[in-house]
Amino acid sequence: MTIKEIQEEIIDEFSMFDDWMQRYEYMIELGKSLPLIAEQYKTDDNLIKGCQSKVWVHAELDADKLVFTADSDAIITKGIIAILIRAFSNQRPQDIIDADTQFIDEIGLKEHLSPTRANGLVSMIKQLKLYAVAYQTQLK
Amino acid sequence: MIETTLDIQAIRKDFPILQREVNGKPLVYLDNAATSQTPQQVIDAIVDYYHRYNANIHRGVHTLSQEATDAYEAARQKIQKHFNIAHSHEVIMTSGTTDSINLVANGFSSFLKKNDEILVSAMEHHSNIVPWQMLCERTGAVLKVIPMNLEGELIMEEYHKLLSEKTKLVFFNHVSNALGTINPVKEIVDAAHTVGAAVLVDGAQAAAHIKTDLQALDVDFYTVSAHKMCGPTGVGILYGKEEWLKKLPPYQGGGEMIAEVTFEKTTYAGLPHKFEAGTPNICGGIAFGAALDYMNSIGFEVIAQYEDELVQYATEQLLTIEGLKIYGTAANKTSVISFNIDGIHPYDIGTIVDKLGIAVRTGHHCAQPIMDFYKIPGTVRASFSFYNTMEEVDKLVEGVNRAKNMLL
Repeated sequence: MTIKEIQEEIIDEFSMFDDWMQRYEYMIELGKSLPLIAEQYKTDDNLIKGCQSKVWVHAELDADKLVFTADSDAIITKGIIAILIRAFSNQRPQDIIDADTQFIDEIGLKEHLSPTRANGLVSMIKQLKLYAVAYQTQLK
Repeated sequence: MIETTLDIQAIRKDFPILQREVNGKPLVYLDNAATSQTPQQVIDAIVDYYHRYNANIHRGVHTLSQEATDAYEAARQKIQKHFNIAHSHEVIMTSGTTDSINLVANGFSSFLKKNDEILVSAMEHHSNIVPWQMLCERTGAVLKVIPMNLEGELIMEEYHKLLSEKTKLVFFNHVSNALGTINPVKEIVDAAHTVGAAVLVDGAQAAAHIKTDLQALDVDFYTVSAHKMCGPTGVGILYGKEEWLKKLPPYQGGGEMIAEVTFEKTTYAGLPHKFEAGTPNICGGIAFGAALDYMNSIGFEVIAQYEDELVQYATEQLLTIEGLKIYGTAANKTSVISFNIDGIHPYDIGTIVDKLGIAVRTGHHCAQPIMDFYKIPGTVRASFSFYNTMEEVDKLVEGVNRAKNMLL
């Protein structure tokens, strides 16, 4: 599936919920399915700055696709990074670079998009894209 | 159970912000240790200043300038009276506690030499650690830490052992922002003075809860931020004993702080202007005075008594939640409850209760050494003010319970 298709799928899933509690509960569920980062990559270098909780993200190439793994010590943050990884993992770096993140708004998590918000959703997106840029250069 | 004589509902009407909703729920504001809310009386003072007499002070001969100067100096005198300070020129207007601490730390650069010692308490806010570390880097002085016990109280025997002829400065907060501990100011000051050390007390967290008599405590320096006590942000004071303020060199150069300027030499103005370079936060200073008037019209004794009732009730109720642990259980504490629930990150709790309209602080509260001491990433902190109600405490407990059920 393309990033766009996955994002549509996520929007569909979230549209079933009427209130924030159900959305957050689902997000917490998604957090539990997060592809976990291997312990050896849980280093300070892989920490995303700008988050009140700790978030580690690791990226590696599988043929021409970029695969992300991550973890966080906070459950809601884990849910957020899980949603992002579901949309961006196993995709070509150039597609990740080009992807927009409008879907975050549409699943009712707009408040997390503010750059001043302590959870650092913006930092997470930036970090995933930075990895994509780095590996895109490597692929060339 | 409620014994206070305060009419809390009437008081709440003074605070327009308390009427608003957050996420569709009535706001429950429990982040008072970060900043307190502003009553209409203070908002009116701000509006009145800009409506009627906005002008620069101390320079103009015109009427507006004179009125602004009078109002600003009247505020200084209100502050002097409130803290029982001997002279109004011992009240230096600053942008707040951080600014005040930096002023003193900068001034002490000229007095300290290599291997002099500075004592700091283990429960400091970053703003009361970093300026002194910078001072030590500049002078070669050594920073030593007064340890605390698990309850979050300073270990006084250790403090007395640390004091020596080498000690030049002792600094600590009157009330800990992360734990709520009220430190024994007089005992610390008296002991420091026996070895000739100066004492700076950070009063940022205390000023809203305790009416402090600075002459009785005999501190050398004391700092306050207006926004923690119903005033605006960006204004506060440094209190310094006259003898110390005369010794300290000026902090910043500029207008207001000079007596005469030629290109060869400048002579400095007397106190307090020597430390007040440039145009100050005139409106803020005047509004700070209005905030003190407001709080004094309610009365600090009844405020303290009611806040104690609130904290006691909140402590009892929060402890009914299984797995909840409170950090900072000093016998003598005020208006702050820092807590965590087993297996849940404080950030997650803060996010969920915000959805319920409840404002708490989460994180390390700019006091990372305390978090390292307890080996935790941070806490959830609920901090109370006299306008909070027992019903709001119930909402907090309900919210935390709901968060726990969602997150565990």
